[in-house]
Amino acid sequence: MVEHADIRVVHRGGSKINFRAPVISDDSRLLLCASGECVKVYSTSTEECVHHLRAHTDVVTGVVLRPSNHLQVYSCSMDGTIRLWDFTDAILIKTYVIGQPIYSIYASAQHNGMFHLVAVHLQQSTEQLVEARELSVVISHVSSNPAAIAFGRAGEYLASTKGLQLEVFFLKKQKSNRFSLKEENKKGRKNTFSCVTCHPTDDCIATGHEDGQIRLWRNFSHKKEYTYSTLHWHHTTVGSLCFTPEGTNLLSGGVESVLVQWRYNQDTQRDFLPRLGAAITHVTVSPDGTLFTTTHSDNSKSCYTLTAQALLICLYCSRESIETDLLIDPRSKALVMNGKPGHLQFYSLQRDKLMYNLDIVQQEYIYQSDLQQFEVVKAAFNSSGNWLATVEREQKDAELELNLKLWAFDDQTQSFVLNTTISAPHENRITALCFSPATDSQTTTVLVSSSKDGHFKAWQLTYLQYEGPCWSCDFVGAYHGLVPSCCCFSADGSLLAVSFQEVVTVWSSASWELLTTLSQPPGDIRDLCFGQLSCSKYLLGTSTSNLLLCWNLLTCSCKITAPLLMYTSLPTFAVIAASFSSLLSVFVFKPSEPRPIFSQKAVCSGKVMRAVFAPREEMLESCEESSQWLNRCQLYFLSQHMDLMTFTTKAEEDKLMDSSKQLVIDDTVAMTPFHLLLGKRRKEREDSARPYTAGLPMSLTHVSSPSQLLQTPAHVLPSTSYLCSMFVRSLLISVTDNRSVTQYSYSTNTHSSAFTGFILHGSTSVPK
Amino acid sequence: MASFKPTKIHVYPKLGEKVTQDTLYWKNYKAPIQIKQFGAVSNVAFSPVAPYNFAVTAFTRIHIYGPFSQEPIKSFTRFKDTAYSGRFRSDGQLLVAGCEDSVVRLFDVGGKTALRMFKGHTKAVHLTDFTSDRYQIVTGSDDYSCRLWDIPNATELNTYREHTDYIRCGVTSKLNRDLFITGSYDHTVKLFDVRTDKSVMTMDHEQPVESLLLYPSEGLLVSAGGRFVKVWDLLKQGQPLVSLRNHHKTVTCLCLSKNGERLLSASLDRHVKVYNTTNYKVVHNFDYPASILSLALAPYDESIVVGMTNSVLSIKHKKSPSESKDSTSQQRRRPSYRMFVKGKNYIPKQDDFLVGKQVKEHLAKHDKQLKKFNVSKALDTALESWTRRRKPEVTVAVIKELNRRGTLKNALAGRDEQELSRILNFLIGNLVDARFTLVLVTPAEMILDIYRSIIGQSPVIDRQLLRLHELLERELDYQRELLEVLGMLDTLFASSLPRNAVELSLKNLCCCARMENNTFCLLEVL
Repeated sequence: MVEHADIRVVHRGGSKINFRAPVISDDSRLLLCASGECVKVYSTSTEECVHHLRAHTDVVTGVVLRPSNHLQVYSCSMDGTIRLWDFTDAILIKTYVIGQPIYSIYASAQHNGMFHLVAVHLQQSTEQLVEARELSVVISHVSSNPAAIAFGRAGEYLASTKGLQLEVFFLKKQKSNRFSLKEENKKGRKNTFSCVTCHPTDDCIATGHEDGQIRLWRNFSHKKEYTYSTLHWHHTTVGSLCFTPEGTNLLSGGVESVLVQWRYNQDTQRDFLPRLGAAITHVTVSPDGTLFTTTHSDNSKSCYTLTAQALLICLYCSRESIETDLLIDPRSKALVMNGKPGHLQFYSLQRDKLMYNLDIVQQEYIYQSDLQQFEVVKAAFNSSGNWLATVEREQKDAELELNLKLWAFDDQTQSFVLNTTISAPHENRITALCFSPATDSQTTTVLVSSSKDGHFKAWQLTYLQYEGPCWSCDFVGAYHGLVPSCCCFSADGSLLAVSFQEVVTVWSSASWELLTTLSQPPGDIRDLCFGQLSCSKYLLGTSTSNLLLCWNLLTCSCKITAPLLMYTSLPTFAVIAASFSSLLSVFVFKPSEPRPIFSQKAVCSGKVMRAVFAPREEMLESCEESSQWLNRCQLYFLSQHMDLMTFTTKAEEDKLMDSSKQLVIDDTVAMTPFHLLLGKRRKEREDSARPYTAGLPMSLTHVSSPSQLLQTPAHVLPSTSYLCSMFVRSLLISVTDNRSVTQYSYSTNTHSSAFTGFILHGSTSVPK
Repeated sequence: MASFKPTKIHVYPKLGEKVTQDTLYWKNYKAPIQIKQFGAVSNVAFSPVAPYNFAVTAFTRIHIYGPFSQEPIKSFTRFKDTAYSGRFRSDGQLLVAGCEDSVVRLFDVGGKTALRMFKGHTKAVHLTDFTSDRYQIVTGSDDYSCRLWDIPNATELNTYREHTDYIRCGVTSKLNRDLFITGSYDHTVKLFDVRTDKSVMTMDHEQPVESLLLYPSEGLLVSAGGRFVKVWDLLKQGQPLVSLRNHHKTVTCLCLSKNGERLLSASLDRHVKVYNTTNYKVVHNFDYPASILSLALAPYDESIVVGMTNSVLSIKHKKSPSESKDSTSQQRRRPSYRMFVKGKNYIPKQDDFLVGKQVKEHLAKHDKQLKKFNVSKALDTALESWTRRRKPEVTVAVIKELNRRGTLKNALAGRDEQELSRILNFLIGNLVDARFTLVLVTPAEMILDIYRSIIGQSPVIDRQLLRLHELLERELDYQRELLEVLGMLDTLFASSLPRNAVELSLKNLCCCARMENNTFCLLEVL
């Protein structure tokens, strides 16, 4: 097994953005958030990711605007460095090496000429203040939670909470006051501090507590005569607190996923923004106070203007476990998995963007920490993408409630519409769900579900006289009372393989007769898959004793065994099994050969959660044997940190780089007539160089540009001699424009002809 | 900020009869007109000529009603005793009736007094009919004889004494003037030919015969007696074709629909059943408030006339095509089209600032309370009497939702006697409904947990708890019996059926067992 130099693992989106509170730039245009090892810069108006700031080698733990220059930002990381960036152009300016893991960073605006960074190192429990590379310990025993420290008014003091203690450190006097609360008050509630924030103009510290109370501390410069008042609305831990820049309002959020706005000094008045989607982990306000940002535990981020009209930037939802596995929607080629609670999310792989969430459970989600809710646990698409089957489950004590729902794709609304709900389809958990591949339109679609109650059921589409199509049970099968674990249809839909512990049974889908049983004693079958096209005679399986098994169905003999852990299989060309073993290496097999055709060790740090083969939009033309398996599809896998990774070849990467250079959406540059002219000129140049790939969207602006040019004041225009030729040419635009359009359509024609060739090869995924 | 999602109310499949062409046809009648008579209505007969008046024989009178009049057009009251069997001649001019005093009277429909009196029988005459040549009358009497009379000179032509019990029904052939059939309480049906002195065919009905009916083709004869309706093939020497047992009391009357495709039978069990005459399956069923003695269908099924023992005559008229359409369309007047397009067709000008209007979401009452987390109030609104009675699935859905939120106990606690008895009433009504059992067992257990300490303080609640207890015990016995039956069936089917059918029935068994388990747990708690 050789390492293949030209195939490498690349990061393709995903990743968590809810690890730390985001930062909004001064003009409220950009949003910066720590995401894994990089800092992502999003535009608040278009929701697009504008830049990635990459340089850190470990998880980024904090982002903070430079107080003295609002176009620069500091970021700190667990690798012990603090970096200064120009975030509008994504340029790294400076690097400070601290040498110890940094958990959070704060900056105070009032200390001109120098910057304050607070780094926390957990092992020694010390807090370090860095002033131009000189470290000094200010407070020790601080919490690693970034919400537990805040700078006070004009940077005069520093508030830090840990456990039941609030410590206020006055920077000028270099002394600190400590206030502690009793462990439990009368009603047995916890008083532990959860977060802290300071009023921007007043001497007031707001602290959130685990029992849902918010305390406003005043007069804390005196050790004894301090006072506090209490605000109470939250019923569990206050997750985040934030004052608006003017100090008139206090915002708080928690598990209830309600954003509460308290009027400062008018404690009885409060406003609510309910049902925000998931528990709120961070609340931030833009420096001009027009924009609120809430970060949620489900890895989404929302922006709200002051009038509470929601502008949602839901970037990527993630759950602790993805029970539905990763699926590919055959229609939109989107990645489908668990999204918001009770939803399925459709995620575009090409654009690294959430398309939409499909509400499966259709039930009000109650935000309470210990409540059992309906969860989508299984989902399956049929081969044409017309039908979606979902299973939802609610486990309450010993009772189990199951619903099997079937959704039909509605061409008019372009979304899935609920067709049939089957309550209690099985008496125990459903272990697998699969559709029969429809080879032609005549054969009816069959859905097979296998359950821990020892049965597998076939559901068939029937047409009622008055009510249109609906699903009903067609067959109930069992095998010696064993528990079925997975099921799978062959490529032509004639055979159904169902595994019962270590036995694989093969049924005829036309007559529901048991045709044959295959068994391989050591270990239960964990996964099953039929080969496709040239390999359709093979049935593949993995077992709990870490074996990859391959049966030849013509001879009913077992062919290959190889020790492996987990695998998924590929829908196109020939079946290739990729497996992620304990050492996190990937092996790619052809079913007909016992030797892997590709292998790579240590694909990513941490565990691989799920993997899926996604068909490509455009076929690659790679001749190398080792990378041929990537021609028709891509293997996507999801790491523990919700990073979506994939394998790419070098040629493909080069191509991507080229296209990404053209596709950068520069949102920061205002659309002036000057820009329009110059941009168009640049585009034309590119047009001549690369006629097919030049972007089409710019052409829309041609019509209006000469008139705008004429309306612009003369003193902002460049010299007439420079503009003249351009102006004349801009009047001729319609002709060139037409030409470029025809060229473009021609290019799509060539594409479609390429696709027809692709179909002739016998691919199952037909691009629409 | 997502909007509130209303509680999902489960739609249960509709049980009961399916809508067929027959139900649509037979339901297309107006509400019945009820006319009080002087006694039990023993016979209803339609005139064969337009305007299709009908004669109603009740106690000592015969009334003739027009097709749409509620008052009798004519009355014949000259009977000394109870009249029977008033029937029209085929030209609609003459009417004949028997009487308890053994005299048979012949009336002119236009006149008032009897034209002829036929004396000869010694006991009450229950059967009178004209032969198809219109000049003779057939009568049958409780003196076991049936006689043939000549109308013009009022003489007796022949007497047949073959029956050994009362003769209560009979029918004359419409195609052959020489044939008539009588049915008797001696369980036999006899076919007589006037040209001979004896019966030519005898059929054994095995029950006292109450009514006879000939098909228009006269190849088939239908007889009713006891709980049975039997069909005989006259062309095959009176061979029995089918025996129908769909009533659970004596069948008193038979009738055919306009084209002979449907057969109607009325019975003392207060039902009228409609059979398909090709396969003799019941296709429709009418319910009446009292036992039915007589039934007649107007030509072209224009109306159904039923006479009952409580001396009420019920007439149902067919809806006219325009009326039947009206009932399906909406009764309430809808707002006009102009109302909906008001202001919608305004095209905003360039400088106009568009102010969006928020679409107000309409929530059900219980959802409004659930949205505000008012759990007790949500349960109260769901238990309002209309919802509770008409749409128990809504109440059950709210209870389920509360249980899902983990606040059902809060919603149930702190109730006074009246509220608690309302909840208990609902439980008693719906707990054993198989659709709701799984959901309702939880609140029942919770109520017992919460209010255990106050049992004995209120007689109302105690009585209801006892009722609940009884209900559960009965249900448990019932389930046990069902299980036994299922077990028996399975042993029968196991040998004869293919494998998967057996599995299905086994699954049913499991279902039953699970339900039993649930109710049993609750009973334990009680």
